[in-house]
Formats: sequence, C-alpha cells, structure tokens
Amino acid sequence: MPIATKILRLLTVLPLLLLLGGCDLVVMAPSGDIAIQQRDLIIISTILMLLIIIPVIFLIFIFAWRYRQANTEATYDPDWHHSTGLEVVIWSAPLLIIIALGALTWISTHKLDPYRPLDRIDADQPIAADVKPLTVEVVALDWKWLFIYPDLGIATVNEIAAPVNVPITFKITASSVMNSLYIPALAGQIYAMPAMQTKLHAVINKAGEYEGFSANYSGDGFSHMRFKFHGVDQQGFDAWVAQVKSKGTALNRDAYLKLEKPSVREPVRFFATVDSDLYNAILNLCVRPGQMCVNEMMHIDMTGGAGKDSEENRDRLEYDNRHSGSGHGGHGAGHASEAPGDAAVEPAQHDMNQHDGQSMPGMNHGGGAEPAQTNN
Amino acid sequence: MFSNPDLLKFVFGRLTLDSIPYHEPILVVTFIVVALGGIALLGALTYFRVWGYLWTNWLTSVDHKKIGIMYIILAVIMLLRGFSDAIMMRLQQAIAFGGSGGYLPPHHYDQIFTAHGVIMIFFVAMPLVTGLMNFVVPLQIGARDVSFPFLNNFSFWMTVAGAIIVMLSLFIGEFARTGWLAYPPLSGADYSPGVGVDYYIWGLQVAGIGTTLSGINLIATIIKMRAPGMTLMKMPVFTWTSLCTNVLIVATFPILAATLALLTLDRYAGMNFFTNDLGGNPMMYVNLIWIWGHPEVYILVLPAFGVFSEVVSTFCGKRLFGYTSMVYATVVITVLSYLVWLHHFFTMGAGASVNAFFGITTMIISIPTGAKIFNWLFTMYRGRIRFEVPMLWTMGFMVTFVIGGMTGVLLAVPPADFVLHNSLFLIAHFHNVIIGGVVFGMFAGITYWFPKAFGYKLDPFWGKMSFWFWLVGFYFAFMPLYVLGLMGVTRRVNEFEDPSLQIWFVIAAFGAALIAVGIASFIIQLIVSFFKRDQLRDTTGDPWDGRTLEWSTSSPPPEYNFAFTPVIHDHDTWWDMKKRRYERPLTGFKSIHMPKNTGTGIILAGLNVVFAFGMIWYMWWLAILAFVAIVAVAIGHTFNYNRDFYIPADEVSNTEGERTRLLAGQA
Repeated sequence: MPIATKILRLLTVLPLLLLLGGCDLVVMAPSGDIAIQQRDLIIISTILMLLIIIPVIFLIFIFAWRYRQANTEATYDPDWHHSTGLEVVIWSAPLLIIIALGALTWISTHKLDPYRPLDRIDADQPIAADVKPLTVEVVALDWKWLFIYPDLGIATVNEIAAPVNVPITFKITASSVMNSLYIPALAGQIYAMPAMQTKLHAVINKAGEYEGFSANYSGDGFSHMRFKFHGVDQQGFDAWVAQVKSKGTALNRDAYLKLEKPSVREPVRFFATVDSDLYNAILNLCVRPGQMCVNEMMHIDMTGGAGKDSEENRDRLEYDNRHSGSGHGGHGAGHASEAPGDAAVEPAQHDMNQHDGQSMPGMNHGGGAEPAQTNN
Repeated sequence: MFSNPDLLKFVFGRLTLDSIPYHEPILVVTFIVVALGGIALLGALTYFRVWGYLWTNWLTSVDHKKIGIMYIILAVIMLLRGFSDAIMMRLQQAIAFGGSGGYLPPHHYDQIFTAHGVIMIFFVAMPLVTGLMNFVVPLQIGARDVSFPFLNNFSFWMTVAGAIIVMLSLFIGEFARTGWLAYPPLSGADYSPGVGVDYYIWGLQVAGIGTTLSGINLIATIIKMRAPGMTLMKMPVFTWTSLCTNVLIVATFPILAATLALLTLDRYAGMNFFTNDLGGNPMMYVNLIWIWGHPEVYILVLPAFGVFSEVVSTFCGKRLFGYTSMVYATVVITVLSYLVWLHHFFTMGAGASVNAFFGITTMIISIPTGAKIFNWLFTMYRGRIRFEVPMLWTMGFMVTFVIGGMTGVLLAVPPADFVLHNSLFLIAHFHNVIIGGVVFGMFAGITYWFPKAFGYKLDPFWGKMSFWFWLVGFYFAFMPLYVLGLMGVTRRVNEFEDPSLQIWFVIAAFGAALIAVGIASFIIQLIVSFFKRDQLRDTTGDPWDGRTLEWSTSSPPPEYNFAFTPVIHDHDTWWDMKKRRYERPLTGFKSIHMPKNTGTGIILAGLNVVFAFGMIWYMWWLAILAFVAIVAVAIGHTFNYNRDFYIPADEVSNTEGERTRLLAGQA
C-alpha cells in the first residue's frame, strides 16, 4: 500500500514539474527588491521546515511498511508507550526549528515592515542620501484604482508607472469598502481601508509591465479591479508623465465624485491636474460638500467632544451612501434581474446629489429604525 | 416600522414575488430536484407509515447516541450542498477565460463562495465534530447519557434550524455576497442592502446557540459524569480533545454571537459599530470575528486529532505513545489558539512588532502539533499495524497534514504572508489542513465507530474507494492552487485574463471531480453496507479489538449504554479489562433511571426558523409572534414534570441475556 501511494504521488508530481517550467511564478521570481526579499524568506523558511517534515514523511512510510501486520518478524511491543529521551527529542526538535524561524520572523518582519522607509535599492546598492522617493497616493474605489502623484500634480485610473531603482512611497486608502493593493512583482500587499491610511515602501529594479490588482474581495466588480504597473527608466517615466499631462483632464472634487461611483472594467484614465487637498479629503471621507472630515471629528472627540452640539454634526458624518447614488447602474443591471429592487432603485427616493450633501439618506434619517431598504 | 399603510408590505415585509428566483435556470432546476426528492421522501415516509416511529424514536429522542447520529446525517446532507457549490466554483474558474465570463455572473458566483464557506464550516464540519463527540464521549467515559439530555436535543435542532435558514436563501431571496466572514462595511446595510447578509446573520446566530449549549453540555458531561476511577489523566484521548474543543466552543462562540449581534444592530437599528459613518470601525469587526475564527479552527481539528489517537493505538494494537505529552500538547494548543488571531490580517498594517508577535505565537502552536504527529508515529513503531479503512484515513492524514502545517507556518511569517495572503496559496493551505485534518479525521471516526452505532461494519471495498478518491482528488484539486497562489492569483475572482492560468484550474476541477467520486463512494458504501449488514454484522461489540470503554458494551449499545457503571483501573480501560479477563455480570440487574423524550426541542427550533424568517424579511408581526411563542414554549416546558422513567430490571435483564446468548453463539 505505501508503495502504491509513493508511485501515485510521483506520478502526480512529474507532470506538474513539467508544467511548472512553463508558467510565470511571479511570487517566486519578482522584480522589486522588497518582493525579492520576501521570496527569499519563503525559500529559507520552507527549507528550515523541510528539515523536519521530510524525515517525518519518510518515517511514516518506513514505519507503516515495517510494522505492517503481515510482517511477523518485526518486533511487537504492545506496552511500550513511553521514552523520556524520545519525548525530549520530539518536543525539542520542532522547538529548535521554531526558535530559528522565530528569530528570522522577528528580524524580517521589522526589516520588511511596509511602513519602514527603504534603506537599499537592491542587494548591492544602498540608497543615496539625496534620493527623494516618488510618492503615490492610492485610492481603492468601487471597482477601480485611483493613483495620485502629489509631487507631479497628476493622477491616473487603473494604470501606474514608476522609474526603476527609485524608492516609491505608497499612501493607501479606500473610498467605501476594504480592498488590498497588491503588485506581486513589486512588493507584498497591504489593505486599503476607508478613513484610514496604510503605507507601503517599495522599489522596482527591472523595467517591465507588471500586474496589479485588489487582493481583498470587495463586491461585484472586484474581479476586474486590475491595473498595469509600468516599471520604466527615467526617460520613459518622464514621457509617461508628459503623456498623462497632455491627454489628461482635471481631477477636482466634482470629477472625483463622479469617478467614485461604482463602475466595472473602468478603462485607463489620465488627469493632468489634481486638487492639492483632494487626497486628504478622500482619506477623511469629506469630498462631498458639507461633509465633516473624519479627522475633524476625531479632533473634536479628542478634546472632549462637543456635547449636545455634536447632534448637529450627525448628518455630516454619514458617509456610507455612495451606493445609493445614480452611478450604480453599471452593475446594478446585473442584479436587478435577480434581486429586484436592491439599491439600484433607490435614487428615485433619495438622490444624494439633490440634497447637496446636507441631508443624507440612510437608516438613521428622521430617527426611524428602518434600514435604507427599498425592496418593494 | 408599522407606519406603512400598505397592508401587503405589513404582511410580507420586503418579501415580494420577485424575491423568488424563478428566472434563474440553475436555481429552478435545483428547486425542482429538491422538491421532487422531498416529495418522494415524504411520500415514502407516509407510505411505509414511519412518521410515528421517526417522531417517537428519533426526532424527539434525548438519547445522545441517536442525536449524535442525526448530527452526522445533517452533516452529510449539507456536505452535498456545500460540495455542489465547490464544483460550481471549480467549473466557473476552469472556463471563465478569454472574456467568456464563465456561466456564473458575479452576483451568483459571490453567493456561491460565501455559501460554500459558511456551509462547510458551520453545517458540515461542526455537526460532524459535535455528532461524533455526542455519540462517543458518554460511551468512552462510562456514562448513560450526557448531563443535560433535553438540552442536547434542543442544541441539535437549533443547528438544524440554522441550516434550514441558510438553505431557504437558495429559493427565497438570496444569500450573502460578502465572503464567509462577512467583513463590514461590505456587509453593512449600505453596501449589502438585500436579505443575503440577514440570512447569514440569523442562520449563524440560531445555529450558534445550539453549538454553545452543546459545548456547555459536553463539558459538564466530561467533568461530572466519568465512571468511578476515571481520573482526568486516565481519560481516553478523544475525550480529552473533546473537552478542550468544548472549552473552546464555550469561550469563543459567545464572541461570534456578540460580533454578529453588533452587526445586526448596525443593519437593523441604525447603529454604527462597523460603518464608516459616525466614527464606526470596521477593523474592530475583523479583530472580533477572528478572535472567534481562529479558535474555531482548533475546535474542528482537535476532535479529529482525538480520533486519530484512538485509531492509531487500536489498529497498531499498542498503547498510545506519550499519552501525557499528548494531553499537554492538546491543552497547550487550546490556550495558544487564543493568541494568534491577528495572523489572519497581518496585511492590515498593524506594525512590525504586533505582526511579529502574532507570527511567532502561531509558529509556537506547531511545536505541540508536531509532538502529536511524533506521538502517532511512535505509536506505529513496534506495533502490528492493520491497514483497515480508519487506519488508511489516518495515514492519509499524517502525510497530508504535515504539508498543510508547513504551508501554515510559512503563512505565519508576516513578510511571506504579505505576498501569499488572500491568494489561492492560502486557499490551498486551509483546505489542506481542513480536508487533510478534519475531513479525513471525521471519515476515520465514522468508519471506526459505525459498527458501534449500527451493529455492522461499513463495507471495506467502498471505504477504500472513498479514501483513495478523496486522497488523490485532494492532491489534484489543491496542489494546483498552491502553484496558482505563487503565480499571484488571488481568491474569490470569477473571471481571468491570463490564459496560462487555465490549465491549473482545469487540473483543480479534475481533482474536484475525483473528490466527487470519493463522496459518491462513501454514499454507496452506506447503501452497500446496509444490504450486506448480515455479513458485516458485529456480534461481539468489539469489532476492531478496541481499547476504550465504548467497545465493552454491545453494538449498537442498549439505550442505557452500560447495565452497570464500569469501574476504571487503568488507561485503555477495555484493553485492561480484557487483559485481566474481565467477566461480564450476568445477574443482579437493577432498574435504570433514564430521561424521557420530548418534542420541545424540535418545536422551539421550528419557532426559531419562523422568527428568523420574520426578521430577515421584515415581517415584524411574524417575528414578534414567533418570539412570544418561543418564550411561551420554553416556560411551558419548565412545567413539564414528566421527564424521566425507569427501565425495569426485568427488561435490562432480558436485554443483557440476549447479549449473553449472542456472545455465546460467537464463541
């Protein structure tokens, strides 16, 4: 039986190895220094664990074969159930591996912390003192990505470029629900969350066109939240920026409010100018006129709150009603046939744009306990 | 909420004719099949006049053995549903290339992966585990039933009620499209306004009550009802793992209930715990749900470890190696399982020291787990291994589980997790440990204890078929997902652009088809064994040359389990009794005090389904009526003083006399 298992396993593994040769294991062959170090960590940890896994698997098969019932020559000792020496070994062997792996984990987690600014371009090049990182502000929208280059005053949708060997600082947030920014060739992922900012430091070492996407399910259009990341040389980057500037339109608050409405398979878009305070407003959920910014609210709370006065702020703190806007049709058509009358029919009753952001539709409106639900 | 003048809306809430998905061909066909099957089943039950028998002997039974069996029947039925979802996902991902979009639009696909996760964890794995514990634990500790027999019946029916609520969503309305943990704000009222998340919430709340109560019941049983002489350190390992699992259940399920209750308040009462509005914090939900969610993994796998411990020592004909270290390993895992939840979201960006702390605590769990693997290994050493079907599952487990454990530790290294999180590598990992650990363990347990439950063994040929198809199918289905994860493919995607991925999805779909054959073989095994039951009959009560107390009584055990409460002198009590040539008492039987059946459990659970349905569809009058009825029935039940009866000594004497004749015929 164990031999049959072995043969079977071999048979399954062989064609897989052949197949593996032909596919692009981007996680195991990345092009950015951070991702390369993460890859190395995977390999080292796996080897460390195989030190104990492989002998165990062998022992399972050896013991199974040696002590099979038919083999009457093997020793049979039904009462043997304890051996202090062996116990010490079986607890300490995994312990030693875990001590090694734990140390590796502690060090690498700090070294590869996405919040930590880079200290090297790649294994051979430290960062020169005068290098200024490229800052990219990332917003996960329903269901597309907005990239703002604050230093260059441009922005793009579903496409991003960066010069090779220049450190990049991503500042990441989301407009409504949680997503995860992941460019496997460049660096590991980090969540994009509304009203919060995460950061990622990374660098691309090889020119090329790489895949980026959301790695955290966020609803209907999630599968198509994909974008291209272009690693290019400095001239290429300048040319790309010039192209964005020449083809792009302006991204102000109004344009953003239109953009953030749910849509699927959004084509690449360029913006030649960006309102300088837009990202901050997005991060604090107060792009719509009349909204109170989250940081303002937190400041009020921090200083002891506004007492009864804060009741006045209530409507200004309702942020979760984008889906009731008219931009919903893009995917609403898809489920209108299946879940008739979900949010898609809502605008007839409450169109937030007509309320000028002052009076938000929603479950708390008017103090009633009925959720914003219009299934009928 | 009553202000709406529209009577229709008052009566039906938000339920309209459009909520019935009659325009969905897949669902219509499913409905027709289920309806025809249901009518055929009900017809057959009526034709053979078994309703009365079912009601008095099974549905209202407080016998832990029957409840255990019913849990497992529920799990097998729900496995078919959960697995259909799996096949649909595999098919979708195998064909959704080149702009074809596959055959499932996101709206449908997203419900399927959510339902798959919810059903497999809550209504397959949990009932399997609870069912096995229910059946085996009282027998292993020499008890006649659990501490609270009525509560046990009620817990079971609440689990069924939860399953029914989730199943209703298939034909009335829709299920959640949020993923199996329903992270807000996506699961909040603004982004998921339909009934899907409400089905999710109420299904889990109702089933969760059952699970929590069953946990309390089994803890009390294990602590208070062990036969004399069975000190904690003489308990069988399965009972130990059950104890730890139930401690985990009692300590964590209230967290789940509270988390879902907060989400319910957000959705129903306009509160803002997890919204973006008014300073709510969705990250809090993610933390809370995983504080339940990670121990849940150990709730499932610890009993499986217990099964393997029993199976290994039985089929090696040898005492378990390192019993004490096995027990301590179990307890250490129990405690540590509370200290690791954050490893499910390193990518939230909690900072290096926090991430490293939780990464290292996670790795530490692999030490006691590794010790367990070694203990099973050295139980095989110098044994006489019989490769019966339960032992095959155990061997399959040991090899498969170490691989899954390795990828698990890999995911616990935060920087590695940053590139593997939410990828198909992660999916491969947790199926590797849940199928390789829990599912294989439950199949080993079912095959092992089946003769005890029904008096005949399961047919070994179909058992082996099931095992090999599951094992090979597992590797075909999930090894490609590891590769896809390393290719940077993320989970829950319903359409792909890169054609080079397709071959791997096709292989995975092939693996799922092999698993389907494995499941079919298991069902065939049940049927074939039933027809061959006279050949497979176990008249001794001890078909495997067992070691623990459950094998000392007849197969199936009498209602009262043991005519006399056994007295325990050593580990592996039954082995010890056999060694000391224990003589079964043949005379001097006394009448036995037993709990009486009651229909209250099933009635309460039925009312809970009605209550949940009312809440889900905003039929407030119905919810209020059902709630009042629940309270009334529960209070009414406390006035039921007709709760117990005595099995007369004569009847015990007859039953035991029959067994004596059977055993004599055997010799």
